[in-house]
Amino acid sequence: MRKLSFDSKFEIIRFSVAILIALLLSFIIILLVSDTPFLALQKLYLGPIENLRRFGNVIELAITLSFAGLSIAIIFSSNEFNLASEGAFYASGAVAAMFVLSNSLPAIISPFLSILLGGVVGAVIVTIPAVLKKKWGASELVSSLMLNFIVLYFARYFINNVFKDPSAGYNATYLLPETAKLSKIVSGTRIHSGLIILIVTVIACVLFMEKTKWGFELTQVGRNRQFAKYVGINTSAIVIMSQVLGGFIAGVGGAVETLGMYTRFQWQSLPGYGFDGVIVAILAKNKPRYVPIAAFFLAYIRIGADKMATSTDVTSEMIAIIQGIIIMLVAATAFLSNTRQKMLVKEVRNNG
Amino acid sequence: MDNFLSYLIDPEFLYSVFRVTTPLLFAALASVVAENAGASNIALEGIMIFSALFGAIGSGITQSLTLGLLFAICGGLIISLLLAYFALYLKTDIILSGIALNTLASGGSVFLLYVILGDKGSTSALQCLTFPTINIPIIENIPFVGEIISGQNLLTYIAFIMVWVVFYLLYHTKLGKYLRVVGESPQAAESVGLDVRKLKLTALLISGVLASLGGAFLSMGYMSGFSRGMVSGRGFIALAAAAMGMLSPVPTMIAAIIFGFADAVSNILAALRIPDEFVKLIPYLVTIIGLIVFSQIRSSSEKKRRKKVLSST
Repeated sequence: MRKLSFDSKFEIIRFSVAILIALLLSFIIILLVSDTPFLALQKLYLGPIENLRRFGNVIELAITLSFAGLSIAIIFSSNEFNLASEGAFYASGAVAAMFVLSNSLPAIISPFLSILLGGVVGAVIVTIPAVLKKKWGASELVSSLMLNFIVLYFARYFINNVFKDPSAGYNATYLLPETAKLSKIVSGTRIHSGLIILIVTVIACVLFMEKTKWGFELTQVGRNRQFAKYVGINTSAIVIMSQVLGGFIAGVGGAVETLGMYTRFQWQSLPGYGFDGVIVAILAKNKPRYVPIAAFFLAYIRIGADKMATSTDVTSEMIAIIQGIIIMLVAATAFLSNTRQKMLVKEVRNNG
Repeated sequence: MDNFLSYLIDPEFLYSVFRVTTPLLFAALASVVAENAGASNIALEGIMIFSALFGAIGSGITQSLTLGLLFAICGGLIISLLLAYFALYLKTDIILSGIALNTLASGGSVFLLYVILGDKGSTSALQCLTFPTINIPIIENIPFVGEIISGQNLLTYIAFIMVWVVFYLLYHTKLGKYLRVVGESPQAAESVGLDVRKLKLTALLISGVLASLGGAFLSMGYMSGFSRGMVSGRGFIALAAAAMGMLSPVPTMIAAIIFGFADAVSNILAALRIPDEFVKLIPYLVTIIGLIVFSQIRSSSEKKRRKKVLSST
């Protein structure tokens, strides 16, 4: 086995300590607020593996979170804080649903085109803030946050007016045709063929980032834009490219989620996946190859929290506190820096 | 359409512009203070959520407006302190910390609401207090103007006073000068012996208090009590207002009023049976257009200035 470098060894320790602190915090919070703290803890940590259906839920959620994480990882690699993936998820889900409702294409072709269309919608949306910044210098962070709400209400108008099924009893589209839906691939769960699309996407992203010239240039631009420009990289083209790609992946994610998980499109507010993508990308250190692991971790504690909420008196929103603390600790460059120093000294002594 | 135009010069409508501007103005000023010290406070949304929640619960339980306000400020400061601790001491990227804290606050507020009141939606179980409206003597008797300016909530007046306070703080006090130096060039600040970290901390705490006043207004003025999702992106719109105002208090106030105006217009359009979705997207659309226009003006004026400097040498 390849010997781990000092930095990756330290990263693993730092990561574990961050998770440990967060778990400890969840323990304390549950002890404080719950009448049945041990049942709550058991449901939180073991709930997801109680039965196959529950574990299936983890995988289903992890698929969506992986798309979100890949999207943000590629966008943030260029050091642009563009959060339009959130709106892209909503819009592409809506567009995918509207597309399959307005044609009668056969199976396979219908979901394929629908997902492709979702990807294009996502790419367009996410690229807008980057273009606004490039052309007029408007902050991409602020404009992407505004854009999310605009996209939400614009797409929702069509869902609630044009494609609304009056007999549904609530605001939702007509039933999505069976031919358009992604097939279930594991019986006893709702795990759908979106998993295969995800695996292909992950591999493509890993290859793109690690094996292509563009991926290499993107990494350089993210590290030091001035320097990248200096060595002759067309930095603005690379930045736009990363937004298009990231947006496309978010769009595919939104379409896959809609066709894989729902019988109708019914989101009435932003799904939050864009922000979840930030969590996943930070946990994965912006590296596509770690995204599925990070997404699985996040999905696991989310489903655990749901299980805890249905069986005990602790609400699932508690997990938002834990998540927030984990992200900030993992992203904290000075966290445990003293320990790092000590480890480094020891390492040097041992080797020297 | 005639109906719509007559709404726009209705004193009642103009009165409502100042009402909806209030939380935006507080939060935008909060961003101005933080950004001037070089610390981006993206957590404004989260600060407002927590302060609105704590204010409503505090005033409901203690039945004291002062204590309610104190609760609100403490609630907001929890988020500000977390932001400062992670960004300044553990060196987490300040933007990422802000994003993380916003999600923490939006989930955390529901969690706390449930723990304290057993309700996941709102504080309707409590009798929450609201700040009083103030009638300004003499002005209240002027027709039209009096109807607009007088009779606003106490916090609305405080918000506009804060524009002047922030202006004075930034440009006429030693602390303000230090904060701006830190924001302009942390290296230079350090070389003249300023404690950069402490000054940024101060800026983030002042920023936290200002945003908390905005949150307090939402649950103890605009509405009576906290409900889930009540901040609805105001912290983000405030960031846009501060960016449009070029981080200077008076232009920021004007930007906040423009967004408040858009918000108020969307309220009357809702009454005119325009689809709900289009009404709701107006404030955000106006914000994004405003952001583009002002960024454009700023960059072209900078270009002109550069040209002037170049030609004079």
